[in-house]
Amino acid sequence: MVFDIYLLEAIINGLLLGGVLALLALGLNLIFGVIDVVWISYAELVMAGMYGVYWLYAFFGVPLVLAALIAIFGVAVLGFLVHYLVISPILGKPPINQLLATGGLLFFLQSFATLLFGVEFRNIGLRLPVIELWDMYFSFARILAFAAALIGMVSLYVFLKRTFMGTAIRAVAQDREIMATMGVNTRQVYLITSAIGGGLAGLAAGLLVLQYDVHPAVGLSFGPITFMICVLGGLGNLLGGFVAAFIMSQFISIGGFYLDLEWGYVIAFVFFIVMMFLRPQGILGRRG
Amino acid sequence: MTGRRLQYAGLAVLVALPFVGVPEYYMHILVLILIWGFVYTAWAIMGRFGLVSLGHGAFLGIGAYTVALAWNLLGLTPWLGIPLGVGLAVLVAVVIGYPCFRFRVVGHYFALVTLALGEVVRLTIVALRDHTGGSLGLTPNRYGEGTSLYALQFADKEVFYVIALLLWLAGIWIWRRVDASMARFAMDALSEDEDAAASVGVHVTAQKLRITMLSAALTALGGGVYAQYLLYVNPGTVSGIGVSLQIVFAAIAGGMFTALGPTVGAMITIVLAETLRIAIGTEVIGLDTTIYGVMLILFIIFLPKGVLGGLIELYERRTAGGAGAMAGKREVGGGA
Repeated sequence: MVFDIYLLEAIINGLLLGGVLALLALGLNLIFGVIDVVWISYAELVMAGMYGVYWLYAFFGVPLVLAALIAIFGVAVLGFLVHYLVISPILGKPPINQLLATGGLLFFLQSFATLLFGVEFRNIGLRLPVIELWDMYFSFARILAFAAALIGMVSLYVFLKRTFMGTAIRAVAQDREIMATMGVNTRQVYLITSAIGGGLAGLAAGLLVLQYDVHPAVGLSFGPITFMICVLGGLGNLLGGFVAAFIMSQFISIGGFYLDLEWGYVIAFVFFIVMMFLRPQGILGRRG
Repeated sequence: MTGRRLQYAGLAVLVALPFVGVPEYYMHILVLILIWGFVYTAWAIMGRFGLVSLGHGAFLGIGAYTVALAWNLLGLTPWLGIPLGVGLAVLVAVVIGYPCFRFRVVGHYFALVTLALGEVVRLTIVALRDHTGGSLGLTPNRYGEGTSLYALQFADKEVFYVIALLLWLAGIWIWRRVDASMARFAMDALSEDEDAAASVGVHVTAQKLRITMLSAALTALGGGVYAQYLLYVNPGTVSGIGVSLQIVFAAIAGGMFTALGPTVGAMITIVLAETLRIAIGTEVIGLDTTIYGVMLILFIIFLPKGVLGGLIELYERRTAGGAGAMAGKREVGGGA
């Protein structure tokens, strides 16, 4: 067969997956770029948001869109608290301590979710239609996730470029010390950035809950890939992370198509490790 | 002095334990503490020099699965399977470590590369499910009645206690050998400033690689013994991000800058989990790790040297009236 329609299906599905991964990487990259901290527990914030949507929708009958909006706000508050309670007391300490503190947070969030909800896999029980296009099948949830992720990223771009706060955030990302002397309240910038990062995690949660079951360890299934994407694109480099998300999602999707889903991930991770040696500064990084 | 006398007394108690008829359950806890204490110590050997690996689950998993697979598929005795696993782990450590150190992959980047390594090993084990049993785990075949030196399988917990104790003592001994070696000063120097260390003649890449190989080998050894003890391995419990972080945090909670710190970390985490499990029962799952998570955050914020490190610091501050300060430090560093 010269042209494999199923391969094309896998490629397009990989593209759709890339959208959500790009959204995840964006939040993490923003926080790293501005505050210089890696939140190892970032995917656990997404997990918290997924549980939030699940409970609001499945138990209290809150409309899904409203539930997702509440989750975005809720996780944004959570992000704010992460910086306020965990990061700011050790902001001047070695970066590895901050990374490890958020690792403790990972354990905490995961166990707390187990405590509250148990280890069962939970599904919001919403069946979105599957779209058929020339013998190829695409889930509507993925297309919706892709579109919403793009909208989220464009809104963040506009916010960073067009508002005063966005400009301040970009300035702090360029030079932390100088901006403090020029009258920018870096503490406030950090807190707002953390809240935005949390909000992006909340948005991702609202989109992922449509496609995947929620369970306390769900963060571990896409947490590592998110870090890989950020590093591959150059930590803190928003555009690099965006490009890397689509590269990695193609590895997963096409690898999963020819072999197994796990092999897709293995190939993606091995690619990441190899790239670290070829370009440790990231695919779009300029640092020599 | 008193420190040394205390050491011998502690060792005598540890050696005597299996002969005084400790209940099987407590024996099991002790064996777990010793094996995990050994693994955490193995991590701390490189972790204390700023080489924070978030992927030691890779080495643990290689050690555990190599011995189990060699036994089940090839009929190879663990006496050969464990060295094979250790060799493989060292090989992986070199393949990943050499380019990392050569191209100055440090800090965040090193942590994330090793994190990827841990996940690669876990997912490879799961993907090779035809041989490894996938995420359901793998049970090494029983040999005869269940007690055999050839198969390294013992029905009695006491035998494994002795093995684990020897293993752990070897780990502490190696930790102290490294602590007292020239390599330690070289590692201290390059963890502060690589360029400066290189300028005074430290072979940065070689030095880091040696300590990483040592740490990987010991971790794989711990993984092999762990597999032989439990006679069950699971990709989630011996590899991947979960156990990798568990290793890092227990070592930090106990204190990674002292010889016994990682073991104290193993004691705290295992005893805490078991006590809470018994006190609350198995219906409420997750409470022990919830408390553990909060403790970790508090430790890193308020007590970055860990419980034992913090206690030693407190003791030093009390006793350091004048000239004793430096001597006290040496005493503790060598005798803890």
